[in-house]
Amino acid sequence: MPDDLAREGERVMTICNSCRYCEGYCAVFPAMERHLHFTEADLNYLANLCHQCGECYYACQYAPPHEFAVNIPKLLAETRAGSYRKYAWPSAAFGFNAMVILAFSLLLAALAARKNSPGDFYSVIPHVVMVTAFGAISIFVAAALAIGFARFWRESRESVKGLAVMDALRDVLALKYLDGGGEGCTYPGEDRSRARWWFHQSTFYGFLLCFAATSVAALYHYVMHWRAPYPYLSLPVALGTLGGIGLVIGPAGLYALKRRQDPMLGKPTDSSFIALLFFSSLSGLLLLVFRDTPSMRVLLIAHLGIVMAFFVTLPYGKFVHGIYRFAALIRYALEQKRH
Amino acid sequence: MCAALSAAAEGASVAVLECAPLEFRGGNSRHTRNLRCMHDAPTQFLTGAYPEQEYFDDLIRVTEGNTDEELARLVIRESRDCAAWMMRQGVRFQKPLSGTLHLGRTNAFFLGGGKALMNSYYATARRLGVQIFYRAEVIGLNFATGKFESADVLLNGESTQIRAAALVAAAGGFESNLEWLKEIWGDAANNFLIRGTPYNHGKVLKLLLANGATPAGDAAQFHAVAIDARAPKFDGGIVTRLDCVPLGIVVNNAGDRFYDEGEDLWPKRYAIWGRLIAQQPGQIAWSIVDAKAEGKFMPSVFPPVRANTIRELATGLGLSADAVEATVTRFNDAVIPGHFDFAKLDDCRTRGLAIDKTHWAQRIDMPPFCGYPLRPGITFTYLGVKVDRNAAVLANGGRLASNVFAAGEIMAGNILGKGYVGGIGMVIGTVFGRIAGREAACYAR
Repeated sequence: MPDDLAREGERVMTICNSCRYCEGYCAVFPAMERHLHFTEADLNYLANLCHQCGECYYACQYAPPHEFAVNIPKLLAETRAGSYRKYAWPSAAFGFNAMVILAFSLLLAALAARKNSPGDFYSVIPHVVMVTAFGAISIFVAAALAIGFARFWRESRESVKGLAVMDALRDVLALKYLDGGGEGCTYPGEDRSRARWWFHQSTFYGFLLCFAATSVAALYHYVMHWRAPYPYLSLPVALGTLGGIGLVIGPAGLYALKRRQDPMLGKPTDSSFIALLFFSSLSGLLLLVFRDTPSMRVLLIAHLGIVMAFFVTLPYGKFVHGIYRFAALIRYALEQKRH
Repeated sequence: MCAALSAAAEGASVAVLECAPLEFRGGNSRHTRNLRCMHDAPTQFLTGAYPEQEYFDDLIRVTEGNTDEELARLVIRESRDCAAWMMRQGVRFQKPLSGTLHLGRTNAFFLGGGKALMNSYYATARRLGVQIFYRAEVIGLNFATGKFESADVLLNGESTQIRAAALVAAAGGFESNLEWLKEIWGDAANNFLIRGTPYNHGKVLKLLLANGATPAGDAAQFHAVAIDARAPKFDGGIVTRLDCVPLGIVVNNAGDRFYDEGEDLWPKRYAIWGRLIAQQPGQIAWSIVDAKAEGKFMPSVFPPVRANTIRELATGLGLSADAVEATVTRFNDAVIPGHFDFAKLDDCRTRGLAIDKTHWAQRIDMPPFCGYPLRPGITFTYLGVKVDRNAAVLANGGRLASNVFAAGEIMAGNILGKGYVGGIGMVIGTVFGRIAGREAACYAR
């Protein structure tokens, strides 16, 4: 963390800690109150509890142009961006250009493609090639994310306990802190709205449904020995379609909100993660609709290329917010139980 | 704003003249955090009960009887409905803040504090069609035949006149008007810090008084607490307060103690320290504690001056090392062993000093030693205009005009002639704001 950001973090947190008017808003403030001083690790922890919603900024009697110039969402957004890079493995890979990866993935998919017979995905790219490529990438991605989690967690000097994980999981699944206690958050601007909660839930559960679709399909393939493509009303296709729709609506909505974000809340984060999510699901849905036409070949290449780029960039983009936020919420639950 | 919302709800067409720019709108309400509410049974945000008589007794105790009983009882009774009314205007409440749990029975806390509350009011006002003018300074009030006719206003620096069927004055006291403070306190006023808005110049108050309004509240008094001397001149708000006084000793610029730091529980004594320091030479003092005090008081926003010896600390604070060392030595020698308990009036005291410390007296002997500079931080002034139970401004036993009303700090002196009890300012503002808005709308019809 740059020295001036660390100093600014300590300065602003000291002001907040003497005021405490915001402690009813979210987990950041009760967590902050357990400290008298703020190390880099503490600031990274607080930053990953923050959703940049703006409630505390709009409510702050010390917000600029007051000379104390307190702006927590902006400060923690900058801190958070630094923390993503710091805990990433390898750190230097964080934030590399997703478009370059995408072009490369598309090229690879195109090179692997063969002539095909309509309606048969594996005649374009053999099943074994798909499974090997995505299997290898998945293992790498899972390892990179696990190392990121471990690097973040080590600084908490806490040991994981099951009950705290359950609490954190509940907060994640309900997106508790994105909800403003039921009335929504002051995001993207000062008027409260639940739009972000809905779009994020659509994205999150869309992602889970697509994951479930892939898992069921793997089961069909290896256990039942049923070959894709599966009928429209089969379980994997139904799950994937629902998930895909969620993953089109969610990221599109989040992007629209991000475009309207109050500039005082800090710079919006890089959009390549939600762009890849959006185009993965859009190309997947198109593939489903046109799978029995000659366009299938090019759609499949595009879909697999985009999905591969999405997976490869997973540990090095906005996706990691979920990992660190989850870890931060576990730490928060542990601290709550002690106090 | 309560008056504007209440008048707009009654169907009146309302314009608000706010002296401050948008970012600093809302006067001292911006710095508040709770509301003292009468209630007979636990509510969503309040524990137990706080009956009318207990509330009234608390008010009599702090004001030493300097109150108008009729208006005080009106405010107390109406305080029961304030929170519900506020919630209808979009205000949200929360559980008491940490460190303020002793207020959980009597005071309802605004989620996010007073600025969040004011934001809700402004948003509701916008929906109701209330026009808000920022940087609009009232510089003249024009009356004709017992009626308010118009106000002369500097709007963004340009002179204009605004006519209205009725006027609600809700423009605060004069605590940010240094010239006015100097008229009373002389050059000592240069050393006062103002905890709240820099925009309470008392101009509307002065205009009303000049037009014959009957004053209420002590013209020369203000409410002041001891705050960190390094706080900004204005608007430092809550974070500049220092709660370490009863944990150590307080010395003036001669290095001498001047008052019993352990006289009573801090929530009952913090409000006298502003005046005590205002009476010291240079209007400054220093709180000195040792390592035993760390973690026992709310962290302050400015770091203490730290040192490993009292002599070094005194030098670091710009005081005479000999004088402070002598004071600390005398104090330590006078401490009688006891059982320290900061939560109650304990038996730790000194004996034999000219000014004994009567509770929480512990030897100051464990380094590192910490020192905080203190100055008087003015919260508000007591002088206001006298009103009746309809919030009408009074003059010579009758109304100043048929259509002039007042709400908030500008008339709080009717009820709060002296002293303060947490969360009553917001109640007075809300209750009289609602009344004034309703009466003004009624008149305008």
